[in-house]
Order: sequence, then C-alpha cells, then structure tokens
Amino acid sequence: MWSPEYEGMAAERRRELQFKRLKATVERVYNRVAFYRKKMEQAGITPADLRSLDDLKYLPFTTKEDLRLNYPFGLFAAELDEVVRIHASSGTTGKMTVVGYTKNDLGVWSEVMARSITSAGGGRHDRIQIAYGYGLFTGGLGAHYGAELVGAMVVPTSGGNTKRQLQVMRDFGVTILACTPSYALYMAETAREEGLDLHALPLRVGIFGAEPWSEQMRQRIEAELGIKAYDIYGLSEIIGPGVAIECAEQNGLHIMEDHFLPEVIDPATGRPLADGEKGELVFTTLTKEAFPLIRYRTRDLSILYAEACACGRTTKRMHRILGRTDDMLIIRGVNVFPSQIESVLLENGDATPHYQLVVDRKGNLDDLEVRVEVSEEMFASEIRKLEALEANIKRKIESALGINVRVKLVEPKSIPRSEGKAVRVVDRRNLYNG
Amino acid sequence: MKVKQISVFLENKSGRLAQVTKILGDNRINIRALAIADTADYGILRLIVNDPAKAVAVLRAEGLTVRETEVIAVEVPDQPGGLAAVLQELDAKGINIEYMYAFVGKTAANAIVIFRVEETDRAVALLENSRVKLLPESELYHY
Repeated sequence: MWSPEYEGMAAERRRELQFKRLKATVERVYNRVAFYRKKMEQAGITPADLRSLDDLKYLPFTTKEDLRLNYPFGLFAAELDEVVRIHASSGTTGKMTVVGYTKNDLGVWSEVMARSITSAGGGRHDRIQIAYGYGLFTGGLGAHYGAELVGAMVVPTSGGNTKRQLQVMRDFGVTILACTPSYALYMAETAREEGLDLHALPLRVGIFGAEPWSEQMRQRIEAELGIKAYDIYGLSEIIGPGVAIECAEQNGLHIMEDHFLPEVIDPATGRPLADGEKGELVFTTLTKEAFPLIRYRTRDLSILYAEACACGRTTKRMHRILGRTDDMLIIRGVNVFPSQIESVLLENGDATPHYQLVVDRKGNLDDLEVRVEVSEEMFASEIRKLEALEANIKRKIESALGINVRVKLVEPKSIPRSEGKAVRVVDRRNLYNG
Repeated sequence: MKVKQISVFLENKSGRLAQVTKILGDNRINIRALAIADTADYGILRLIVNDPAKAVAVLRAEGLTVRETEVIAVEVPDQPGGLAAVLQELDAKGINIEYMYAFVGKTAANAIVIFRVEETDRAVALLENSRVKLLPESELYHY
C-alpha cells in the first residue's frame, strides 16, 4: 500500500474523517460558489444542517448539465490565480466539461494515482509507459504525475504511433503499460504482425481504464500480453484516473474513499441504494479545492461492496462499470454523445437530422460509423457533390469529437425507428458482459 | 430548352433498382433513358421519363430521396464522329460537363445524349443558335 494509514484505516475512523472533510467541502462551495449556495437554499439546507455522514442524502445532486450551464469556470471554488491546471472532456453538446486544479489538488491526484500504481503491484523499480493521451484529456498527465511520485521511470509516449510504442516498450525495458484496454489489444496485434513476442519482454502489469471492458477482455489481454491487467476508474469531473482501482484480488475496484465519497442511487428516483445494490454511481469530492463536486451523478452503473478485502485495504469497492444511464459512448477512450453529432448535422443545414452511430471493434480498435440519411436538400445528382458533402460532415464531426469517424450516407427511413424515435446508437462491442 | 432528369439516391442493396422501376411501372411511367453512378456505399440513379413531375411524386411518396435535375438533351447523328463533333462544340464554348449518358430513340437515325453541365442556363443560351441540336421536353419525353 502506498498510504497504509488511509487505505487500511478502520471504517469508523474513516467515516469520521469523511464527515469532517465533507463538512469543509460543503462550507467551501456554499461560501464560494453561487450555484451551490442557490441550490442548497432552494433545498432549504445550510452547511450547519450536516450533523453526520448520513445527512449527505439531503444535499442536492450535481449533474453534467449543471457543468455545462456554468461553463467554463462557474463552479470553481478557488481563485483563478490559485488554479494551476485545466483539463476538459467532451460535453453533451458543443461545450466541453472543464475542470480545474490547485497545487493541492494536483497533490491529491498524484497521491491517488501513486496508490493506484502501488495497488497494481508497481513501484519505484518499474518503468511505466503511459500511452494515454496527454493534453486536455486527464489520462496521460494524471497517470504521469502519480508514476513520478511513486518514483518509477516514466516513459510518456502518449497515444498513437503503435510501432514506435512497441519499439520503446522493448528497448526501454518497460514493465508497466498504462492505456485503454482496447489499445492494449491493438498493441498486441501490432506486435504479432511485427514479429515481436510480448511474452519475452519484461512487461508484467497493465493499468487500463478510460473505457468499460469485460472480464473476457481482461482474460484476452492477460493472455496476449503476458501480464496482469488492472482496471482503473476515474472521470475528469471527479479528478481523472485514480478514483478507484483493483488490487491483486481483481475483485472490484477500491475507491479512494478518503478523497471521494461514493454513493449508489436509483437513477430514476435519486434514492440512495444499499451496498450490494446496482445503481448509478454518485461521488462527492472531499478534499478538492478548485473544482469540488457535491453528489455528482456519473451516469455510470455499478455496485458498491463494503466487505473486507484480502489485500488489507478497508475501503469500499465498486464493481467494474456495468453500463450507462445515458447514451454516452466511449470510443478509443474519448467520451462521445450522440447529441454532439446531432449539433454538427444541424449546423450543416440539415433541418431534421436522422443519423445513427454504429460502433464496432475492428482489429481491436473502436470504429465509429456515422450513418446519415440523405435528405432532398442535401442530395445532388453528382457523385462529386455527395462525396464533398460526406467529407464535410466527416471533417466537422471529427473536429467536434476529436476522433476519426467514417461517414456513410444512407437512404431516408433506413435507420430503424422504434415508436417514432430513431435508434441512435448500435454498439456491437459487447463491453459490459462478463 | 432545359429538360428534366429524375435523380434518385439509392443505397447499394439488392433489389433497390427493381423496387424503383416497379414503382414507376405501377404508375404507368415510362423510362426513356437511365444511367447509374455508384460508389462503394451508394449509387445515384438518373432517369429520363415521360412524366417527370409524376415520377417525382410517386417516388417521394414511397420515401425515396428524389430530385428533379436540370439537364440538356442533344440529338446526335448516329454515325462515327457524331458525338465527337458535339463535344468539340461544347468544349469550344467553355461548357463543362458533370456527367453524360446516351440512348438511341425509336427512329434509330439519331442518338440522344443527356448532358449535366455546370451552368445549365448559360449552356442553353450558348447552344441555342449553334449546330448542336437541343431537344425540347415535349420531344424528349416521347422520343
């Protein structure tokens, strides 16, 4: 354990610590963020009303829509001069979800990532190749600072250029790979084509996250790369990677509970559910300064477990993500909302866009095909013009989403509609099974 | 002397062409000429019919993406060099062709070539008093 004092803390003591921190966080946002103060006033609650951890349930939820309405810095609870880092992820429409960090926040983030790497069996003797994207996306830099704190040798390859990734992995003697699980499989496939035997390399551990994956996929990754593969969970709103990670038991992800207070609720009613019940994950940050969140609805479905774990950590564990309550897709680690594509088509002058996203995994990489029904306004009798239309839609979607897509023009009414509502997403990847 | 072509968007799926021609046949619309341009995923069916307005209406009613496209129809002597002479004339007048296709009418002495050009009105004006013989709608649809 990286921080045995906190990771192995007795449950009762942890609850005391959580309550103390919760109260401080609620006071912070109540005093500093107009949005939270207003929401709490509407709910008829003040920070003084919080008498125990159980009172958490009286606090209002925060949603992704709230983040959008307060774009870009409206929910920040620190002076902007104190903010030393910004990250952002896709929003549901044109606007990104923006998050900020103070120096202390980056310290917390490095701490939880260091715990995560330690939980996956990593340490200062390891060489960690970080093939998550570096940039506004939290994956790359988040893992990077944690790995430095651990004292490992960091190899910051970022995403892409798979052959070079493999060359680096072999030549630098990389022992831990951090990337999305689908990219790990893609690397394995490329290694095969290149005649590189991954089993013969010192690589022994994978820390994979930023997209859901199944138990079958873990087994495949472990077999093909000859490693032990750990599931890591995080989202930029809460902090980025490092909110939770598996231990050697690989039986649920330990939540960094002294920093992030988890709940599972019924997504329909908002009612808190008991441990062991499946529902929507909700997090309250307990130590963040720049971007604290109160009861943030993640839209991820999971189950919490409070039972003791053989690894010695006393924190609650969450089941690997079991699905989503909304239509968000994660494609090559990037969050994609169908509404983003709708906005692009509307901008393109298509009055009633009918489209469908078909997601598949081809050669271990996510493939997104955007099918667009050709309306009479868009239609022309020249192939040249239709190809230009296709290319234009493709370019705009790629610029909005930040990932490559294929655009396919289809006939009107060819996209199946159920009860008048188009089926927007066909996901053939089978992510949540097993 | 512009004439109307019907353009239909079709996905590359078996039976689509049969379906479109059946709709036209059921509505007693006669196809005078046809051409298809295709890509890997879709095709564009271009039709000259005896009743363009009705053809558009019935195809649209069946949910197809269909459009009337302005083209010009040129009568070309059905003999060696016939088409070359017309193309030379178009080139000399600076008329750019998007696509073209030909069919032979009932008399067989002449062929009809359908041209989709960049600026149809300008092309018609340029060709009106030239050696190139443009066919009016009334003649084309029943040629």
